[in-house]
Formats: sequence, structure tokens, C-alpha cells
Amino acid sequence: MNWETVIGLEIHAQLATKSKIFSGASTAYGAEPNRQACPVDLGLPGVLPVLNGEVVRMAVKFGLAVGARIAPRSVFARKNYFYPDLPKGYQISQYELPLVEGGHLDIDLEDGTTKRVGITRAHLEEDAGKSLHEDFHGMTGIDLNRAGTPLVEIVSEPDMRSPREAVAYMKKLHTLVRYLGICDGNMQEGSFRCDANVSVRPEGQAEFGTRAEIKNLNSFRFVERALEYEVERQIDLIESGGEVVQETRLYDVERGETRSMRTKEEANDYRYFPDPDLLPLVVEPAFVEEVRATLPELPDEKRDRFIERYGLPAYDASVLTTTREMADFYEATVKAAGGAAKRAANWVMGDFLGALNKDGLDLQDSPVGSEALGTLVARIEDETVSGRSAKEVFEAMWAGEGDPDAIIEAKGLKQVTDTGAIEAVVDQVIAENPQQLEQYRGGKTKLLGFFVGQVMKLSGGKANPQQVNALLKKKLDG
Amino acid sequence: MAERSTDTIHEKTVAESSKALRAGEISSRELTEACLRRIERLDPKLNSLITITAERALAAADAADDRLRGGDAGPMTGVPIVHKDIFCADGVRTTCGSRMLDPFVAPYSATVVERLEAAGAVMLGKANMDEFAMGSSNETSHFGPVRNPWDPETVPGGSSGGSAAAVAARLAPAATGTDTGGSIRQPAALSGVCGLKPTYGRVSRWGMIAFASSLDQAGPFARTAEDLALMLGAMAGFDPKDSTSVDREVPDYTEGLGGTLRGVRVGVPAEFFGKGLESGVRGLVESALAELEGLGAELVEISLPNMELALPAYYVIAPAEASSNLARYDGVRFGHRCSDPKSLEDLYKRSRAEGFGDEVKRRILVGTYALSAGYYDAYYLKAQKVRRLIADDFTRALEKVDLIAGPTSPTVAFGLGERADDPVQMYLSDIYTLAVNLAGLPALSVPCGFLGGRPAGLQLIGGYFDEARLLNAAHNYQQVTDWHRRAPEGFE
Repeated sequence: MNWETVIGLEIHAQLATKSKIFSGASTAYGAEPNRQACPVDLGLPGVLPVLNGEVVRMAVKFGLAVGARIAPRSVFARKNYFYPDLPKGYQISQYELPLVEGGHLDIDLEDGTTKRVGITRAHLEEDAGKSLHEDFHGMTGIDLNRAGTPLVEIVSEPDMRSPREAVAYMKKLHTLVRYLGICDGNMQEGSFRCDANVSVRPEGQAEFGTRAEIKNLNSFRFVERALEYEVERQIDLIESGGEVVQETRLYDVERGETRSMRTKEEANDYRYFPDPDLLPLVVEPAFVEEVRATLPELPDEKRDRFIERYGLPAYDASVLTTTREMADFYEATVKAAGGAAKRAANWVMGDFLGALNKDGLDLQDSPVGSEALGTLVARIEDETVSGRSAKEVFEAMWAGEGDPDAIIEAKGLKQVTDTGAIEAVVDQVIAENPQQLEQYRGGKTKLLGFFVGQVMKLSGGKANPQQVNALLKKKLDG
Repeated sequence: MAERSTDTIHEKTVAESSKALRAGEISSRELTEACLRRIERLDPKLNSLITITAERALAAADAADDRLRGGDAGPMTGVPIVHKDIFCADGVRTTCGSRMLDPFVAPYSATVVERLEAAGAVMLGKANMDEFAMGSSNETSHFGPVRNPWDPETVPGGSSGGSAAAVAARLAPAATGTDTGGSIRQPAALSGVCGLKPTYGRVSRWGMIAFASSLDQAGPFARTAEDLALMLGAMAGFDPKDSTSVDREVPDYTEGLGGTLRGVRVGVPAEFFGKGLESGVRGLVESALAELEGLGAELVEISLPNMELALPAYYVIAPAEASSNLARYDGVRFGHRCSDPKSLEDLYKRSRAEGFGDEVKRRILVGTYALSAGYYDAYYLKAQKVRRLIADDFTRALEKVDLIAGPTSPTVAFGLGERADDPVQMYLSDIYTLAVNLAGLPALSVPCGFLGGRPAGLQLIGGYFDEARLLNAAHNYQQVTDWHRRAPEGFE
């Protein structure tokens, strides 16, 4: 039987505010445990939450970017459960009336087509703290620095049909939230994490199979592996006469498998009810318009513009628009290069990204700026240096040896384009290799490469290869 | 210390103290010391205070005296008060009447505490109360029951029983309390003092330990309506730390006092005089209504048809919110923790089993049930709809009348232990007050006579933010009656 996979994702994106969603404590990552938890975050008696307006602005921005409806009135609710790192014994979230409803995101599939994934809702909530199980001699340490960090939980429709589609969606969302500047996207620090709902059904069947939820996936790779494992597990289970049970599962990174955490019967009854400490959140249309006016060019729009304006292939345009910073860098490079958009794209995506990856650097820490890279591209374009020499220039730039023109000068890499000068070398080479000349003229035209090599060698690599080629051909064929 | 007049200094109301302080006739230190001595001598008979903050009080009194000398004094400057032990005060133990918080010292002050401190009021101590404000007799306190100064064999009412008893016994001229379903007004009535529950949102809830957040409201106790006005003026106002506090100017509540009641329409709801109302209390309330009429008010019969639904609705909503509000007391971060927990579940179970008393547990169970999947619609949601109906009843009534009057509680003080084992009987003590919290309206209780030596209270209910009108009506009434001037025997 052929099986169809059905996947829906719930993604928690930490909003990049300075202070927490309901208190003034800092959200900065990495502080000493419990140094960034104020009485509100600690859930001390008598404290009250006050909503951080910036959180609303960011969530509205997200909603607008995915074409969703911004609810004029949404309600914070309490999700009640006991856990040591949940200080109040409840999490403030949005339940029945979320702030953002009904959007979508288009993802690019490998076959070159585009697929629209529905976004059911996005709601605001506070994060819990962390339970630390190591270094406490069998006890558990509680760090409440993260408690109260603002999250937007983005719930997709069950529209994805393979782990790859799920990853493509997650990546696209990751790109989007960083474009919007509402989330730093740092997955290692937990700023962007995912719960995946997955089920399988016989191809052609309309109703969904029983789903399992895999919790807390914090890398694209884990999402893909966990889903692949889970899909296979469910299919094997059904094919061997078993039944999938609705449950929450955890992905064991070490073993590369998912295992049951709790079944539906064991699930908490969260006893949601509207939080009486917070008034309903009312968002005025004027505020929505104000936020709309601050929306940046979104990834899809930018990609389309890159294709249109720079004549780039779709693949290049997608890669270059993965982050806003990368896109900005590319555009600045093109500007500095005075055009040469495709050559600039090749350099940014090729040598430049390669060097960044090799040194494990972020774009903003690159030793080569867009101005310098653009200048180098311009020098190739105006034939000051050959493409080959340019690689040497780039390496020197990366090593901090100066701007491209200075390096070209210092290293004597300026390309010789003076036809007379090249002709002299060509003549010399032909004169010095009569045997090869005879063979060439006898039909062994492969030897053209030999002559080119000799000319380039003699010119110290500075002769313009195209000119050398053309001249040699003319004279050899002569 | 000067011997002059300090033997009667405690008899002064807030307004009288304030006047004498500003005239330099007495100092805040004298007044504070007199109150502290009185507390030391008399409170063992009452148990109205859980914590006495003598040292801090004397320091505050000296600071107030400096302000008084410097001419920088307001009406509350130098006046001693007592705070219900539900308000956090920076560096002072705050128990909420529970074993759960016996060891808790708040690292911040409630806005109410801060404002009164800024106004120069002197905190003498923290008043006893029903555990987590759950009770109508002050018998659920972990620190023992409070006795009613008028009859030590009876309860002072609750949950703010300590505050009411302290003011009745003249241990302090004023106190703070909180009112979720009657917890200021009912003890005020049973203890023979004045108590005001302001409009929901009028006074900040920051630092006030939550029972039922959508119903809780802080307010003052004192012997006169004028004193309530002075206290409320210091307590009220918008607080950015409380999202449910209302950004609305605070009037000078004393300004309108003494205005005529001529033409004021007083609604008398038939539902407040039905069965359950002790006939003696009915008589006292009817006499009080006649006094109001005598002062020029026009009595209008009105109806609040959904009143009988208030009690069931309240006992769904308040426990539901409480079940969630009290989840933070888990033994993990502060408060009571059981000894030697074997596991996380054991830590939770025993810490909470040991830390909470029966009434608190009962309400947590009721509330948890009401919010459970499958019951939420039938209980919580339905109760919220009833709440709306009740609020609408009041709104309609207040279109026809300026304020509503009736009994505060159906009976006078009952005996200690008399209702302790019968929660429903206990809950009935608040049948006339609960509805007001559900609607969020302001209301006060003013002493209106005695039944067998036990006080009764007249309840006045007003429109939203109409505290000034309530205070004026009570003030007028107190000008022609002297119930509030009487002192309990042994506490004169």
C-alpha cells in the first residue's frame, strides 16, 4: 500500500524584545541562573502581569507578513498545570481568541513548484523557565531567567506531505521572522523551536490518521530525521497490524528515534480560562496600519525583485534572499561593482560564502565588506584582473592585506591587455616551440592549450586569457 | 513622654487625629505609642493582629512628625493604621492568614501600602484574616480566630476580621481590608464600624495577594464615613502595575461630605428583605432607611430579579479563579515546604496538604472542578453569564435611583464555632454583598444599631465610581445617629 504523510507544525518563535512579555526583566540570553527573574517572573504573591506593547507590535507584524487577520480583540487565558519551572502554576497564553488568525506561507518545492501552507493561527504566550538536571546530585535546579520571555506560537494547517516539506516550511518561517526583525532565529538558544504533528494515511483516503506529536525539535536536521523516523514507525506499526495511538513523543537525538512521553489519557487537563489579571487585548485598525507601514520587503518579494532586476536565476535569488543581511550585502556588492549582477552573485554565493563557512563566521563579522568585494568584481569586469588572479586577490583581501586595487598593484596581478605586448609573447612562444607548431599544424589542435599555458607562464599569468587565445589561434592557424 | 491626654488619644477618629496633629496638639509618636500600648494591652483578648511592626511604626511616626513640623503634611500624615495581612509590605512578614506563607517576607510593597506610606500614615502591624481571604468569620486563619470586641464569644466577620476588630476596639483609627464577596462590608457590619469596597479598578491590586482577581478590591475601615473618605483618597488611583486599575482622576472624597440628601433617590430592593433576613436586623435597617428619608432622601422600591443567583455564581467564579491563583504555592520557590520530599509529586502534595487549611482546600477543589474539561461550560461559563445578568440588574436599577440601600449581612455576629462546620450556612452570611462584587460596584457598610449588644450594618451601593455619593449619604446618616460613637465594653 502507498502511504501519505500528513504533517502540521507548531513553531515557537521567541520575540526579540528587550524585556519580558509581562514584566520589565531583561530577556538577554546567558545570564547567571535566576538573575533575570523579577518578582513577576517568580510568581511571588500579589504580583500582576502588565503586557509589553512591543510584543503586540511584533506579533501584528508577523500576522500581516503572512496575510493573516489581526483580531481586533483577543484574550489572554491561563493554561493551568504544575511544573517546577512554571512559577505561577499556569502559563499565560491565548486560547480561544488568538491575536492572529488565518494566514499562509508559500514554500518552494524541489520540483520547482510552489506550495501554499496554511497558517491556522498565531498567538502570544510566555515561556517557562528551565529545569536543570545536571550538577545537582540527583536533584533538579530551576533557572527562571527564561520564564516570561515572549513567544509567538505559530500553528500551521496539516498541509505538509513529507518531512522535506515540513523543513522547507520551517526554514521559510525562520527566514521570515528574521526578516521582520521579530526573532533572532537562534535555534541553539531555543529562540525558534518546533513541535510536529504527524500522521499517515493510505493514499487517497480523505480522513486523517491518528497523529503523534513530537515535542521540542530545535534544528532543521532533527525535524527532518525525527519526522522520517516517525513516519516509518507509524507505517511499520500499521502494516504489522498495530494501531497508532494519539500521544506526545520525544525525539532522542542520540539514538535517532522518537519515544512515547505521554498518551492522550495521561494528558493534562489545562483548565483554560480567561486571565482575570489582564484585560482583553484590543488592537485598533490605526495601529495595524501603523505596523503595516513598517513592514520590510518580504523574502518572496525580494526574491522576485532579484530575478527581475538583476536577471538572476531563481536559485541564486533564493539563496541570496535567505536573510535580509545577505540580500543587503549582495545589493551593496552589485552597487559597488557598478552592475555585473550575475558575476557578483557568483562571487557572493561562491568564494565569499565559502570563506565565511570555512572560518565559521557570520556575515557581519566578515573581514571583506560589500564595497571591497564589489570593487573586486568590477576589476574582473573591466578586465583589470583575470578571474583566476581575482581568486588570489580575494584570498589576500580575506587575510586582511588591503583593498583589491592595492593588492592587485602589490602583487603585480594586473592583467595585460595590450595586444602588442601579448603578441610579442605569443610570437616568442611560437618561435621557441617549432616542434609543437608542426604537430599542431599537422592536426593536433589539442596543443592550443600547451601554447596558451606557455604564454600565460611567460606573462606571469597577467595576459588576458581571451586575448591570448584569440591571438594564438590566429597565428597558429595562420 | 507627656502624660497629657494620651489616655483618650485613641478615641480620636482619623479626621480628629489629623486635625490635632497638624495643630501640633499631639505628635504622631504620642499617637503611635498610645496605639501600640493599647495593642499590647488589649489585643491578646482579640487576636486581631498577626504581626506588630512597632519599631517600623515609631520610625514612621518620627518621620511623620518631621513632615508635620515642616508643613509638608497631608490628612493621613502621622495617623496610625493597620494593614490586612494580605498586603505585602517590603521586609515585613506577609502571611495571608496561612501556614503556607508563614515564613514569607515580601521583597516589595503593595501599592496600597506604598501610597499610604507616602501619605505619611503609620503602619502599626498586619491584621489577622481568614486564610487567603476565604471565610466570613475569621475562623479559617492559621493564626487563630479573631474575637469580636462587642462580644468575645462571637466572630468579627471575615475575611477582614482583624482589621474590623482592631478599628472597633480602637487599636487604630483606620485599617485596610479587601473585599471579594463582602470581606470588608460584612466584618464592618458585624464589628460595628464603617467599611468601604470601592469600584473594581479604583484601588490597585499590585502586591495584594490574590484570591479571586476579577472580584478582589481593597478598601478602608474606619469609624466614620469621613475617615473612609480620607483613607480612600490616599489609597485610590491608577497604577500602571495593575492592568485592571482604571486611569481616572481621584476626587477629594471629603469635598462633597455634608451635601444634602434632599432629592436623592434611594432604591430599596425587595430581594434584600426576603427570607433569611433576621427580623431584628430588618427592623434596624428599616429604621435607618427612615432616617435617610428624614434627611430628605426619597425611598424607591426596586427589584434586582437575579439576586438569588449571585451566591451560586459567586461560588463558581471565585473558587475557579482561586484554584489558579493559589497554584503558585507549590513549595518550590517560597512559603511552606514539606520536610524531606521524596519526589516532585510528594513535594507538591504534602506542601499543599500541610500549608493550606480546609476551607482553602475546599475552594481549590470546587474551582478546579468548575474549570475542568467537560464542566467548564456548565459551570464557569454559565456563572459568567449570570454575572452579566446581575450587573445588568444593577445598571437598570441605578438608572432609576442614585443609590441602593439594604442590610449588609442577614444577621448580627454569630458565635465562634457556630457555623464553622457548615460552609453553606457560612456562605449565606454574604448573600447581600456578593452580588456587588460580581457587578464591580462600590458599596459601604455603616453601623445602624445593635441587636442584643451586637452591631448591625446598613449597606449602601452606588454606581460605578460613585464613592463620593455613598460616602456623603453615610456621613449624613452619621450626623443624625451615634452608633459609631459607641465603644465596646472594655475597649472604650
